[in-house]
Amino acid sequence: MTTRKHTSALTVAGIAAAGLAAAVMSVPLPAHAAGAAPEIPRVGWSFDGLSGQFDRAQLQRGFQVYQNVCSACHGLNRLSFRNLVQPGGPEFPEEAVKELAKSWPNKIIDGPNEAGEMFERDALLSDRILGPYRNEQAARAAQNGAYPPDLSLISRARNPEYHGSAFSHGPHMVKDILTGYQAGGPDYLHALLTGYTDVPSYVREENGHLKRVGAEGPGGKPVEQCASVNPGEDGKPDECVALAEGMSYNAAFPGHQIAMPAILADGAVEYPKDENGVAMVPATLDQHARDVAAFLAWAADPHLNQRKATGWQALLFLLITTVLLYFGKKRIWSRIEH
Amino acid sequence: MSAHESNYEPTSRLGKWFDERLPVARLMHGQFVDFPTPRNLNYAWTFGGILTFCLALQIVSGIVLAMHYQPSAEGAFASVDHIRRDVNFGWLIQPMHAVGASMFFVAVYIHIFRGLYYGSYKAPREVLWILGVFILFAMMATAFMGYALPWGQMSFWGVTVITNLFSALDSIWAGLGTAITEWLWGGYAVTGVTLNRFFSLHYLLPFVIAGLVILHIWALHVAGQNNPTGLDIKSKSDSVPMYPYAVAKDAVGLFAFLIVFAWFVLIMPDYLGHADNFTPANPLVTPPHIVPEWYFLPFYAILRAIPSKLGGVIAMFASVLILLFVPWLDTSRVRSAKYRPYYKIAFWFFVFTCVALGWLGSKPAEQPYVFWAQFFTFAYFAFFLIALPVLGLIETPKQLPRSITESVLGKSGGGGAAVPAGAAAAPEKR
Repeated sequence: MTTRKHTSALTVAGIAAAGLAAAVMSVPLPAHAAGAAPEIPRVGWSFDGLSGQFDRAQLQRGFQVYQNVCSACHGLNRLSFRNLVQPGGPEFPEEAVKELAKSWPNKIIDGPNEAGEMFERDALLSDRILGPYRNEQAARAAQNGAYPPDLSLISRARNPEYHGSAFSHGPHMVKDILTGYQAGGPDYLHALLTGYTDVPSYVREENGHLKRVGAEGPGGKPVEQCASVNPGEDGKPDECVALAEGMSYNAAFPGHQIAMPAILADGAVEYPKDENGVAMVPATLDQHARDVAAFLAWAADPHLNQRKATGWQALLFLLITTVLLYFGKKRIWSRIEH
Repeated sequence: MSAHESNYEPTSRLGKWFDERLPVARLMHGQFVDFPTPRNLNYAWTFGGILTFCLALQIVSGIVLAMHYQPSAEGAFASVDHIRRDVNFGWLIQPMHAVGASMFFVAVYIHIFRGLYYGSYKAPREVLWILGVFILFAMMATAFMGYALPWGQMSFWGVTVITNLFSALDSIWAGLGTAITEWLWGGYAVTGVTLNRFFSLHYLLPFVIAGLVILHIWALHVAGQNNPTGLDIKSKSDSVPMYPYAVAKDAVGLFAFLIVFAWFVLIMPDYLGHADNFTPANPLVTPPHIVPEWYFLPFYAILRAIPSKLGGVIAMFASVLILLFVPWLDTSRVRSAKYRPYYKIAFWFFVFTCVALGWLGSKPAEQPYVFWAQFFTFAYFAFFLIALPVLGLIETPKQLPRSITESVLGKSGGGGAAVPAGAAAAPEKR
């Protein structure tokens, strides 16, 4: 009996300790410093989840956005023109892509020829999709010191941080795993491309804290424009980080100061029309951002369609086999008492 | 191998001829067909077979990847990308190997927790347990070096952080740590030279693991398997032949595990990794958070919980090496936590501690995380250094069943047929 009492006392103590830990860990996490990443909303993609597949029309529009807007600065070096023809991607007709490669403004340097000279030639299907800059130094020289990264893997190279409390982190992870959600990269790209806004306004309160206000301000008090705010520690006033020269404010970018200007806007790209001359999807900023993010998701993971199509079949096979093995095991074990 | 005699009867003349010259079939038959396994094993015991499968899969997929991989600072990242894009079935084999490492650790951690819960480290299984700790250590080294190979940002900075740990030895003997670090690097910084030697060792170590696994299975088959009651096999009715009974159960466990495995490989291959590793290594740009793979996070949390660098390194290595002493830290005469009410609570709190440390390891080294990392680091070591020795002395174990058979048949209502008398089998008290 005493043993049982001790046990329950220990159980209570254990649960209390765990609860205490959980309670403290679930308090709001420390205010995000200037470099911390903001929260990224989820868009919802045709290709997320268990049986998701790319939408071919969307990939084609997304390539259009890349070609007309992004390719002015960014390369797609790990892709070849032939990839644009392959199944599971935009699946443009081969002849059209041959023409595209031929007319691609960033020529291929080949050689040496018989005279020992390097020479420029038009791209072929087998050539990489080059950006305008030969190397990082040339890019930085032309871009005021900034380096437009290659976009081949960008969608897999970005993933928003989790922002909830410690307590709900576990359930959040379980939900993502069970729904097969790993489209954080495209979410981020969409948020980035639609995240160009005015620099937020703040007023300084009596205690030195900066308080965010609307664009017009509360009237009377001086308004400060801050790209980000460094919270003052130990009672010191908050520090307002102003937008640097040549930078743009972006709500989604870590630190909010990005060298890339707001280049994508409503109507930036003319989308294909149906036979009546009506655009099938609206040429809005949001739509452009979705389409190019989907295209870049394909560029980084070109076998997704095949992988997921194999995926649910393989899972079904494994599930059925497991059930059959389970009944087989039951039958074998029915020979003895257990 | 063990006291158990093989019942192998060659059926063909060739089989008989061969058996007289090299009785390998006899050995396999004795160890893996009619080997006696306790009749009460639950699904937690299927992870040994699952782990063997994981090792084989990693070796086979790794050999294929090595045919296409280039271990150089210039070529590594592009070659892994090339495997995923252009090599036939590379889109399947590369994530299978990368996710496979994670799944290997999922399985090995469940396997270790099972051993801790049921007291599988206690006499006469100490050597078996220690071999297991060696396997864990070799797995960690292999996984760490394997993670370097794609040569992305997290690869590079992970290697930089972890190899730099050895420089903490400078505070004991000036220059010693630096000398070791430079010896590991093959130069004055982490470069392609480091990558190349990591590749060499990453290819070697799995075969070392395979050798250790053979010894581990050998030791298992000498002592016999533990089981949920922690009692020894005392009569014939306590055990069933491995084939078909244990094999049938292992097959169910393996395929259930494969569902999870396939889910990650085919539906979400990036989920268990880091986005930063899709950016090529750049020694001039440090990522905002350098974090190891999830399976190292608890140890990383312990490393950062200790304020001194050397202390952190010592604590981190100690957190793994302490497992070697578990057979002697535990003073209980009863093996299984099923009959140990206090230990059961301590065990589950220890599991919670490991999960909490893992979560804290993924967070930046700032408050309140540092405090909680210190709290749980203390809890981690307290489990081994306080709970294991003390609980065995103060705890009154519950009444043990007299035998495995009694524990099984007693539960299902006494059984219809005459219960084979567990006879003189007294509850395990030595």
